[in-house]
Amino acid sequence: MSLQLVDYGGGNIGSITRCLERLKAQYRLVGSGDDLTGGSPIVFPGVGSFGACLERLARSGLDTALREAVKSGTPLLAICVGLQVLMERSAESPGVPGLGLIPGEVVRFTQGKVPQIGWNRIEPRAGSGFEPGHVYFVNSYYAVPADESVVLYWSDYHVRFCAAIQTGNITAYQFHPEKSGEFGHKLLRRWLDAL
Amino acid sequence: MLCKRIIPCLDVDAGRTVKGVKFQGLRDVGDPVELALAYQEQGADELVFLDISATIEGRRTMLDVVENVARDLMIPFTVGGGVSSLDEVKQLLAHGADKVSVNTAAVKRPGLIDEIARDCGSQCCVLAVDAKRKATGGGWEVLINGGRLPTGLDALAWATEAAQRGAGEILLTSWDRDGTLEGFDLELTAVFTESLPVPVIASGGAGGPESFVRVFKEANADAALAASIFHDGTWTVRALKLELDKQDIEVRL
Repeated sequence: MSLQLVDYGGGNIGSITRCLERLKAQYRLVGSGDDLTGGSPIVFPGVGSFGACLERLARSGLDTALREAVKSGTPLLAICVGLQVLMERSAESPGVPGLGLIPGEVVRFTQGKVPQIGWNRIEPRAGSGFEPGHVYFVNSYYAVPADESVVLYWSDYHVRFCAAIQTGNITAYQFHPEKSGEFGHKLLRRWLDAL
Repeated sequence: MLCKRIIPCLDVDAGRTVKGVKFQGLRDVGDPVELALAYQEQGADELVFLDISATIEGRRTMLDVVENVARDLMIPFTVGGGVSSLDEVKQLLAHGADKVSVNTAAVKRPGLIDEIARDCGSQCCVLAVDAKRKATGGGWEVLINGGRLPTGLDALAWATEAAQRGAGEILLTSWDRDGTLEGFDLELTAVFTESLPVPVIASGGAGGPESFVRVFKEANADAALAASIFHDGTWTVRALKLELDKQDIEVRL
């Protein structure tokens, strides 16, 4: 089973490819909507701003293709800005609509040094069967889902914020699992094993 | 809450990790990848690799080191040492570095910071500042060329400008304290953490857990870097973090 790794030219996907290689996961790069199929699971790393990411996705037809693939039930793993673009809108890029796959918005941290850089503790939602741990964040913005029950992990940076989402076929991490040591590695292993 | 970060620093010369030994120059202390993984295993939050190679061939080897480290390391790492152009930064990032630090080259051409921030993102750009107390009191001045050349520039003003230009973090080394094991320069660090809008990594002088406790509690450093105390095996990162935790400092255990 080969994963589809979305590479829309937004930035360096090296850290994700190295991570997938460590996990012995097969993957192929997908750069346009035409290449994306509804078949294999999709890994969607995000780099850069909300608006810039969506602009690149639109240019390559990946926005529509992603939306369709996810709506048809294809498993999706979104990381960082990848999580944020799933929402409806973001304060980072006013007026730019997100993919709208998850109701809610993205807002900016208003306290403390921004972006948040470093390891923070994440707590799983009760009954999820996931363990608490520490993961590595580099983010100025965070998602606020309209329905809190989609939140898999919560964290706190002067405010309680959504660290991960899991709902249906969508799993999304605000942090960098590929930079979060053994704990991050295990989260990804778990996602892969569940496919 | 966000944890304080403990960051071991490794000097690399022509592909080998080295340690300065008084009056003897540099001693080979092992393979960078092996040491990196050992530190990761001990609980290091990030790593910094400084390329101190004197030759061009030596510097070219660094890219191989970066690539090899990136293959197996699962925590963020920063590479620095003589980085002087955007192209070099992009190469290091492409080979797997998460962040690149710039020092002398940025002082000589501050626009380099803007270029890195614009092209690669502020999160990839660390400004390393070597600071020494001004002889005439009132602040600290910036040293460049590995601490050999005083510039007369005010360290805080320079770091502030760098943050405005897009540096994502400041790696602040006290030249007065470096190598002394007397503890971090708390006054210097506190002035920086209070004024700067970006995280400050304290460096220079770590002697033991007490140094870290003080730089986190009294100077509010976001992270602390050390080399000697870890390389010498006096303290493991794990033992240090257990001590910090006992003193109610938020660390990742």
